[in-house]
Amino acid sequence: MRLYCGLSIIILAAAFAAGSNSPAGQIGDSLRVVRDGIARFFAWFGQFGLFCGRVARVAFSRPFEGRELIRQMDAIGSKSLPLAALAGAATGVVLSLQTRASLTRFGAKSMLPGVIIYSLIKESGPVITGLVVSGRVGAGIGAELGAMKVTEQIDAMEASAVDPHKFLAATRMLACIAMLPLLTLVADCCGIVMGWLADTLAEPISLRLFLNIGTSGVTFNDFLPPTLKTAVYGLIIGLISCFQGMRTQGGTEGVGRSTTSAVVLSSLFIILADVLLVRFILVFFP
Amino acid sequence: MGTDNNSTPLEVKHLTKSFGAQKVLNGIDLSVARGETLAVLGRSGTGKSVLLKLLIGLQKPDAGSICIHGKEITHLDRKQLNEVRKTVGFLFQQAALYDSMTVEQNVEFPLRRHAGMSPEEVKKRARELLASVGMEKDLEKMPSEISGGMQKRVGLARAIALEPSIVLFDEPTAGLDPITGAEIGKLISQLKEKHEMASIVVTHDVHGAKQFSDRVVMLNDGNILVEGTFADLEQSKDKFVVQFLKDAA
Repeated sequence: MRLYCGLSIIILAAAFAAGSNSPAGQIGDSLRVVRDGIARFFAWFGQFGLFCGRVARVAFSRPFEGRELIRQMDAIGSKSLPLAALAGAATGVVLSLQTRASLTRFGAKSMLPGVIIYSLIKESGPVITGLVVSGRVGAGIGAELGAMKVTEQIDAMEASAVDPHKFLAATRMLACIAMLPLLTLVADCCGIVMGWLADTLAEPISLRLFLNIGTSGVTFNDFLPPTLKTAVYGLIIGLISCFQGMRTQGGTEGVGRSTTSAVVLSSLFIILADVLLVRFILVFFP
Repeated sequence: MGTDNNSTPLEVKHLTKSFGAQKVLNGIDLSVARGETLAVLGRSGTGKSVLLKLLIGLQKPDAGSICIHGKEITHLDRKQLNEVRKTVGFLFQQAALYDSMTVEQNVEFPLRRHAGMSPEEVKKRARELLASVGMEKDLEKMPSEISGGMQKRVGLARAIALEPSIVLFDEPTAGLDPITGAEIGKLISQLKEKHEMASIVVTHDVHGAKQFSDRVVMLNDGNILVEGTFADLEQSKDKFVVQFLKDAA
């Protein structure tokens, strides 16, 4: 075993030392790529941490950029409304169609309204809203700020003694935080109504009865924490998209890269945050 | 040229900047007096635009000193730097107008934040500035709806909105036809006479530089090759300068 380890170390060392044309050199190159990748990974987190700190410092300092905040709330909230509503409605219909058969098989068909409403308000509505908004808004912010960066508009703003972290990043972040819970409410409502519609088409039931059955056991803890957790999704979308946009390099190709990475990273972090937040909610709002 | 920090709007000493192994500026010295226009000539990629970005604090130098009205800016924090930036206007190479705002809003942008004016006064001042560059008829247009020359005019109006004592021009005539380029050059001269601003114009437009500059420096490989009047430049025996002027002609 010792001999094996020793040989491995010698081979790895030789791989580092050898030129890139030999197979050992290729191993060395591969290790270097891995090492650089790990360094870039930690560098990204370091830079992102500094960016978050800077945005947090300027977000609530005077002068407030109220006009830009309202413009962003409109761009992020109002203009994402149809998408959030449609995503919520589709989720409601799918939940109704999928669960009806299963519940009928177990003789629990009467629980269908409850299953639809619980699923929507506790998990499906917030997560679906977070993901569709991260796609639309993340791409929009990443592309807009990326284009501003490569055309020197962000430099021009800084040269005008205006902090772009305040005017561009903080306003977008706050707008995302404020709008996500509201969009989630819309998605939940549309999902419930469309879930009822799908249900009533299969077996007629009044909306009032559907809601009475579905919400009979719903408490404050079932509804408010999952809805408010989407504010964290908004924080993630706002910060990551602005960060990726404002560090764009390399012309229009760079803008494309920033846009893609803004969406991918926002979605990824939303999914990871959801795991933590669900655990947090279960502990503090059992 | 006086070197007293209290009277010299802009003074640079031993300024050095590298990107990796590439040395872009190699310890250059220059100063600009009140009401003077200094043209910085040189080939593309010789660090002319980097020089301007260093002067306004958009990039940090590796070594050297930059004094604006006697204040060393290389060690200032963001807040202090922003106070200095209010006294410096910057016209970017592609004008860098905010494309989500109209022409009028672009010029209002610095005024709303720093001029301490009422909204009505801001609007009036922005319109005056746009009229002074011949853009009073395009207030509601978006930057994408106007030509490159018009964008430069709006950029110029925005750069001088806070009545800066120093204005930095990055390739003000680049990408423009000769007539529009000459008009921009004339505007720079008029502004200098009217407001007595100290200006640095980075360009490789030799004819333009001759038209609007009082002094010229020629940059090559991060060093100043020649500094003086345009006549001094024309009399230079330096191979690079001779070739540069010959090719420009």
